[in-house]
Amino acid sequence: MPQTIRLTTPFTDEDVSKLSIGDKVLITGTIYTGRDAAHKRLVELVEAGKDLPFDIKGQIIYYVGPAPAPPGKPIGSAGPTTSYRMDPYAPALMDVGLKGMIGKGPRNQKVIDSMKKNKAVYLAAIGGAAVVVAKSIKEAKVIAYDDLGTEAIRELKVEDFPCIVANDIYGNDIYKDGVEKYKVET
Amino acid sequence: MREIDVNEIIPIVKKLCIDANYYIGEDVLDKIKEFYEKEESATAKEVLSILLENYELAANEKMPSCQDTGVAVVFIELGQDVHLFGGDFYEAINEGVRQGYKDGYLRKSIVNDPIIDRVNTKDNTPALIYTDIVPGEKIKIIVAPKGGGSENMSEVKMMKAADGIEGVVDFVVDRVSRSGGNPCPPIVVGIGLGGNFEQSALLAKKALLRPLNESHPEEKWARIEEEILEKVNKLGIGPQGFGGRTTALGVSIMYKPCHIASMPVAVNIQCHAARHKSAVI
Repeated sequence: MPQTIRLTTPFTDEDVSKLSIGDKVLITGTIYTGRDAAHKRLVELVEAGKDLPFDIKGQIIYYVGPAPAPPGKPIGSAGPTTSYRMDPYAPALMDVGLKGMIGKGPRNQKVIDSMKKNKAVYLAAIGGAAVVVAKSIKEAKVIAYDDLGTEAIRELKVEDFPCIVANDIYGNDIYKDGVEKYKVET
Repeated sequence: MREIDVNEIIPIVKKLCIDANYYIGEDVLDKIKEFYEKEESATAKEVLSILLENYELAANEKMPSCQDTGVAVVFIELGQDVHLFGGDFYEAINEGVRQGYKDGYLRKSIVNDPIIDRVNTKDNTPALIYTDIVPGEKIKIIVAPKGGGSENMSEVKMMKAADGIEGVVDFVVDRVSRSGGNPCPPIVVGIGLGGNFEQSALLAKKALLRPLNESHPEEKWARIEEEILEKVNKLGIGPQGFGGRTTALGVSIMYKPCHIASMPVAVNIQCHAARHKSAVI
């Protein structure tokens, strides 16, 4: 049965081993943002053997390009972007310690295999629920690649950030299992 | 003949950009509620209720319901008896977009060059503007901000007459199936049939402007829309692709005559944020 689990970052092996697809997770702590352009730069650093702009061990990257913060708010609307565009980069980041990814939509087999190998999880935020997500973000600051605008890497302080486990460390995939369950053959 | 200063257009386009992003249409909310009642999956029901909560929050907090505030797609119906003066009409529309995206705290999502440079233009221009000349002396402006995630799941296929309506239905359902959870289901499926290569795509986009509580005015096409909707909702994809009965909220078809050799079929996928606002000057 799906359960609701509260986790704080960074994630440990023990944390992620408790998660199964369909579980609701509420994350508190620091997470980092990154999408297409930032991932390209991060992987270039990894390949060159250089340090990343933040310590990635046990950390979570949220695939998001937020809207600008209106006056008095730490961030604008901030729902997930589609994750498959980060598939070419994700395994290299998991190999150096990335423990969680938050986005929307299915991942490819290489990413799923890498999650199993590296004991990492993929969490789905609700696409289009960008104000609901923004409410769980208490602070946001750009820590790298300011020139990328909305695509810059931000450090977010979150409280009870809501998401659902889409791929666990056991190789399960909500996008396959969930759909199989409700598919009607015609 | 009516004289209209193009500078009058600027604040109108600005407001349409902001309103489209903050305030989702009642037709979308009603459809989500309707499907919520029918949905069997508990997870899917929870997703749909979060979407409703989000749309309410967006309107109350005056924030865009989604961070992807899209490319500004602008449809103009320009009365042929209007004389525009005071500057460049399309530049006025772009200025409205520029001001709307800045003052509405909307995300700027346009890069200058699609392949090599990909540098953000920082003001969400240029808008994509389509103009039809119509009788009369009014101007109708529709702003439909379109997100990238669902647009990326769209496709044009040049089919054969021999493929028939069955082939068209199969292609559309397959397109939705291959999209899975990527385009933020529950989606709206815009279908453009006929015309030629580029017109089919534009028809599919225009089809997305039809309110979700309306069907095609012709009975035979309304039936095809229903058939596709039923088949799509049997795919099991469900809200966000987590599994469920609610994969699409609606299917909308537009068609035009076409060449004897051709049968163009375009599918434009729209996420649940089926946003568009219009004004008449």
